[in-house]
Amino acid sequence: MKKILTLLVLLSLLALPLLFTGCNKEKGDTIRFLNFKPEIAEKYKELAEIYYKETGVRVIVDTAASGTYEQTLASKMSTGERPVIFQVNGPRGYENWKDYCGDLSRTKLYGVLSDKSLALRDKEQVVGIPYVVEGYGIIYNKALTDKYFALGDRQKNVNSMVEIKDFDTLRVVVEDMTRKKSELGIDGVFATTSLKSGEDWRWTTHLFNIPLSYEFEDRELDLGSDEALQSILFSHEGEMRNIFDLYINNSVSDKGMLGTKTVSDSMAEFALEKCVMVQNGNWAWAQIANVDGNRVKAENVAFLPIYTGAKGEEGRGLAIGTENYICINKKADEKEQKLAADFLYWLFSSQTGKKYVTDYFGFISPFSTFGEDELPADPLAKEVIRYTKMEDIRSVPWNFTLFPSQAFKDALGSSLLRYAQGAKDWSAVVSDTVKKWESEMRQ
Amino acid sequence: MTRLWQRRFFPLFVLPTLLCYTLLFLVPLALGIYLSFCRFSTVDNATFVGFENYLKVFSSGDGFLRSMLFGLGFSILSVICVNLVALALALLLTRRVRGAGIFRSVFFMPNLIGGIVLGYVWNLLVNGILSNFGVDITYRASYGFLGLLTLNIWQLGGYMAVIYIAALLAVPKETLEASRIDGATPWQTLLFIKLPLILPSILICGFLTFTNAFKMFDQNLALTGGAPEGETMLPALNIFNTFYGRVGAQGIGQAKAVIFLIIVALFSSLQFIRRKEEEPLGKKNALANTLPAKK
Repeated sequence: MKKILTLLVLLSLLALPLLFTGCNKEKGDTIRFLNFKPEIAEKYKELAEIYYKETGVRVIVDTAASGTYEQTLASKMSTGERPVIFQVNGPRGYENWKDYCGDLSRTKLYGVLSDKSLALRDKEQVVGIPYVVEGYGIIYNKALTDKYFALGDRQKNVNSMVEIKDFDTLRVVVEDMTRKKSELGIDGVFATTSLKSGEDWRWTTHLFNIPLSYEFEDRELDLGSDEALQSILFSHEGEMRNIFDLYINNSVSDKGMLGTKTVSDSMAEFALEKCVMVQNGNWAWAQIANVDGNRVKAENVAFLPIYTGAKGEEGRGLAIGTENYICINKKADEKEQKLAADFLYWLFSSQTGKKYVTDYFGFISPFSTFGEDELPADPLAKEVIRYTKMEDIRSVPWNFTLFPSQAFKDALGSSLLRYAQGAKDWSAVVSDTVKKWESEMRQ
Repeated sequence: MTRLWQRRFFPLFVLPTLLCYTLLFLVPLALGIYLSFCRFSTVDNATFVGFENYLKVFSSGDGFLRSMLFGLGFSILSVICVNLVALALALLLTRRVRGAGIFRSVFFMPNLIGGIVLGYVWNLLVNGILSNFGVDITYRASYGFLGLLTLNIWQLGGYMAVIYIAALLAVPKETLEASRIDGATPWQTLLFIKLPLILPSILICGFLTFTNAFKMFDQNLALTGGAPEGETMLPALNIFNTFYGRVGAQGIGQAKAVIFLIIVALFSSLQFIRRKEEEPLGKKNALANTLPAKK
């Protein structure tokens, strides 16, 4: 009896490790990739299947749910599902992952990066390669703006959206549109300013980037040094207020209701032609097109730069940049790292890979492997490219990758919400933002 | 014979449970405490930094203390409201009502739904009402507070009621009959007979509600998300935000979590002491009834 029992226990003890290792039996030529963009997760998986058939290397694509990339990465890094390919969102994100980001300067992918200055660097090392260039601004629906410009009794002598080159013109047009809401058949000019927590990134990240970028230019800061970024003045706060007020005063939703609105709500309003404009980036086209009952035609969407009333804004275009830097995990085996680099090069250089990248992912890729005709067909991406090609128009850079932390953005978001609700003065928003920046930088 | 067998093989039988307990509880706990003294990005990439994280917990000015106080207020109010509602439910359901069994399950049901789902559902409900006044739950901290409280009552009420029902049914019929014969009004019966007899259950429910409310996370995240400006943020959500909201602050989040653990553990042990004091009497009775005399 005793023998049998001892045997049983021994057996179960032996079986235990099997239980725990059972899940990574797919070793060998397998690498994991933690994808940032849930909207294209399925396409990535398809592509990985094709890659497996071509090369016998299995790329397992895991996708983090929207807004949870850092969390997912942190928890996966210490498990058997540790990704070999992952991404960071710029210098701040890199801080957290610098023990994992390997040097990419000798990879073939870095070799084909068109503009080497775009890469994320740590001293001599290249630690992240941008793989997609994106732009954001105010998306408008030409069908509705044309309808407006066809009306007789307009306030100002502006005859098309192209003539809007500064904030004052934009304001007059927007406010006049609001007055003619019923004639245009809309609920408001701008889609709802979504300020629910976690849904406020269009303002706390993108919009705040505009006045801040102007400030950085005024002060001629060296953005590479941490010293320079210890504090901000928020000297362009008035301009931030201009545009924010314009958004919330000419919106589909009442100001009291913004705390529960999500980005999807806003995009749906735009797709259903309840509003004329919405602030977002070129990635939003997929979302607009996929709304049930979408009425906006591809040929009718276009971008307008975000005008805030800054000096010289007539010469500025969309905010264009990247926050997607691909990295290879240096804690993975040499072999895995090699496989990862090979896959990435294949993704952005082979015919199949490139077809997926442009046609299905809709990426504007910063690699020389893409020809002039290999650009995404989606209307907003085309607009971004059109803006980058305009002579004498300079893009606004993406400086939000330098923002201190998510906690900073969250605080700004709740501040803006309180302001919209009328429970906080603008001056308090400004001083809190400046204070929060400093305290977060000190962390 | 049996005794001897049990004694010899005792370690063997304990082994599976012990193994699970060690792997799933003791190891993570030890690791968690260790990590609170580290700067780290993932659990296997940590550098020891001593008490640095603990020093930063209260100095970082992100409202940890405020969330603790909010949690305390919320918990105290929860204890009172949840238990009053639960007791009322229990008293109703122990009377001979048609379909009492169905009602019991119905009231217990909310407890089976995940907190995050509940949070979103209540978010819709509360906002649905408030939208008539052109505002939403983020408009005032008191709206969020009341929302959380209502949700908590709704979720825990049924659960606590089940405990109270069991306790009320265990009140000896003789005692109740005696009180009736002595001419006690129903109100007197409740106050002087039933309540004192179910006191142990009241204590258990009190502690359960308190810790449940203080530790609440999903419902808080989904219902208010801390809005406005972190005024309705409970400690767990504050810890979560520290952990994921800042680069390099995982250690601080971890330190907060350890402090949080100590507080909850201290509070729970309070209940333990309290129960020990009471136990001798109850134990003697229980032993007398169930166990045969020792050989």
